[in-house]
Amino acid sequence: MYGRKVKLRFFFIILVLITLILSVFLILKSLEENVVYFKSPSDIRTLSETNKNKIRVGGMVKKNSISIKEKKLNFIITDFENEINVSYSGAVPNLFSEGKGVVAEGYLKDKSFFLATKILAKHDENYMPPEVKAALEEK
Amino acid sequence: MASLIGYYSLIIGFSISFLIIFFSIKNLSKSKLDNKIIFSVFFQFFFVSLSFLGLVQSFITSDFSNETVFNHSHTTVPTFYKISGAWGNHEGSLLLWLLVLTLFIFLFLLRSNDQPKKYRIFTLLFQQIIIVGFFVFLIKTSSPFNYIFPIPKEGLGLNPILQDPALAIHPPILYLGYVGSSIIFSSALAAVVTNYISSSWARHIKKWILTSWIFLTLGILLGSIWAYYELGWGGFWFWDPVENVSLMPWLALITLLHCTLVLEKKQILTSWVVILSIATFTLSMCGTFLVRSGILNSVHTFANDPERGLFILIFLFILVFLSIFIFLFFYKSEKTTTNSFFWLSKETSILINNWFMMYFLSVVLIGTTYPIFLEVLSSEKISVGPPFYNKLIIPFLVPFLLAMAIGPKLKWIKSELENKLNLILFLIISLLLSTFIIRNLDINFLINTILVTSAFYLFLITLKDFFSKKFKNLSQNLAHFGFSLLILSILFNNFLSTEIITNLKINETYEDGALKINFEGIEQKNEQNFKAIIGKFVIEHNGGQTDIMQPELRIYNQPNIITSEADIKTTLYKDKFMTMNSVQNQEYFNIRYQVKPFMIWIWLSTFLISLSGMIGFFKKRYEN
Repeated sequence: MYGRKVKLRFFFIILVLITLILSVFLILKSLEENVVYFKSPSDIRTLSETNKNKIRVGGMVKKNSISIKEKKLNFIITDFENEINVSYSGAVPNLFSEGKGVVAEGYLKDKSFFLATKILAKHDENYMPPEVKAALEEK
Repeated sequence: MASLIGYYSLIIGFSISFLIIFFSIKNLSKSKLDNKIIFSVFFQFFFVSLSFLGLVQSFITSDFSNETVFNHSHTTVPTFYKISGAWGNHEGSLLLWLLVLTLFIFLFLLRSNDQPKKYRIFTLLFQQIIIVGFFVFLIKTSSPFNYIFPIPKEGLGLNPILQDPALAIHPPILYLGYVGSSIIFSSALAAVVTNYISSSWARHIKKWILTSWIFLTLGILLGSIWAYYELGWGGFWFWDPVENVSLMPWLALITLLHCTLVLEKKQILTSWVVILSIATFTLSMCGTFLVRSGILNSVHTFANDPERGLFILIFLFILVFLSIFIFLFFYKSEKTTTNSFFWLSKETSILINNWFMMYFLSVVLIGTTYPIFLEVLSSEKISVGPPFYNKLIIPFLVPFLLAMAIGPKLKWIKSELENKLNLILFLIISLLLSTFIIRNLDINFLINTILVTSAFYLFLITLKDFFSKKFKNLSQNLAHFGFSLLILSILFNNFLSTEIITNLKINETYEDGALKINFEGIEQKNEQNFKAIIGKFVIEHNGGQTDIMQPELRIYNQPNIITSEADIKTTLYKDKFMTMNSVQNQEYFNIRYQVKPFMIWIWLSTFLISLSGMIGFFKKRYEN
């Protein structure tokens, strides 16, 4: 009925469409599973339940809250309204210090205790992660 | 003084743009390219260079009446970093963009004598549109020559993290790659307007694609090496948005490069080539936009300004609409010559390459931009991390690597696989080899065996081709070989890396089954603009072998920032990597000791890949 060329082209377009749909589906599916949400200590306070997903918590490191042992580093993240205890064992970035902004990635144990697996580095002393800034400005 | 010269040169350069556009339009109907045009393009380049040198000179002399210098320099910064500070900031780096834009169009005019005149003029015109856009952007929103009064005594200093040799040359090299794609963009549009998308165009533009791609590869490599030793994480790729935006044009360029190989032979895939050419530059612009506007949350984000982001966004939209308009209005669909090809052919293999590349590109694009859209739509703040990319990219590497091994063996139009037995034999060898290796490692057996097998397969086949084909297709073979080596090094680096993180006081010892780390002490040293605290660690391995590692902390005077310098002992087989961090007001130091196998091979293989591009560049023509 149709020439070979038309058929081929038709076949080609169908193939492209199918792969396109498949890959978009795959990407979106994977996004859903691997996205890390950012929360401020106040956001965490209002959570109805703590789930097991990885999240990021951002705010300021509370003054005089850092304590350090051989394996563990403990500190408090505050957004000047609510605060959360963080326990961390791992490498500390250069600009991590009291009174400065911080973003920690990890898992919530409960609403007042956060087990961090990573503390994010920053490049600039005046730099504040946009999320932290926004979270602080909301206050 | 230098600032003044810089500023006025910039204005003169801007006015020359209009002269060039005027000459070009007048010249369209004539048969020969007017020399006036080449001269004015040269003068534009000259004045922009002068302006750039003016800025560099202001930095060298620490002329703090210049706002950019005041914000990004200090009298105690070593001269080398004063110079690199000139492009280590927003204003200066845009001036560098502009410099490269004008340089490339000048080179283009010199090197395209054998091309149709009309096509050359249109390329120049489109390039001038981009150049004018950047002039306006630079002069209006981010002039590097703003004057401050009263003149400050001292500058605010250069971000210490930028005071590093690799990062000093990283931006210029990366920009040569980014901006190089502007020529591809202009020339593709010009070729559409003059209906000149043909094999001779493909041959001619391929050199520009290669140039841009080589610099982009080297730029990414330098950035990656820098991140490895300076950021102190011991990794080389973080899937950080700013890294991703440099990877996207890279992927587009390499796709385009493969497509032009087809176009060189036959009049097919023409519209695809045009779309890719447009996409490449658009992605480079997007990169600039995303980095500069600060909407991305990234470890690279420096201070930024929304107004600038808006300008780039508008400019980007104008360029995209212009190109879509030109494409729809002028583009004549390919003459239906004999453009069919058999399913088993080089054409098919290149289409497969394109498919994979586009898939990788979409993954990176969606992963990078999704957080922005989500934030606008639902004000949820999220980030997308390495697991997302690993999960979506790694499984597809297997067929991709296999196709990379077999594809180049196919012939144009219709092909039979020669030496089938050979190909299968190599597959079995790689399978045995990887089974043997993976069995002895404590990792997921099935997935990793398949992955390593495909990488070994490509490695062995390309290695064999070095000997059996001599120097035929050298650049292609070297590129594929380099890629297999890169994947292998990354895989084994991942499998075998070990890491110890602990907090130690001076004179304390960390001990586990395999080694002992003694913290022997610290010593202080005063340098020109920082104070160094050098730790001394003696690492005793169980075999009796000891290493002395001396990681360093640098406390910079202005701005007052602490950075850590990793101590890295590199051998062919592995890197030993140690960083030390102080924690405010605490006696403990945070210590990180890593053993990273095959690190140097990651750098070397990436260099091989760009080297293959250089070989391709200097070779007359691709053989079959």
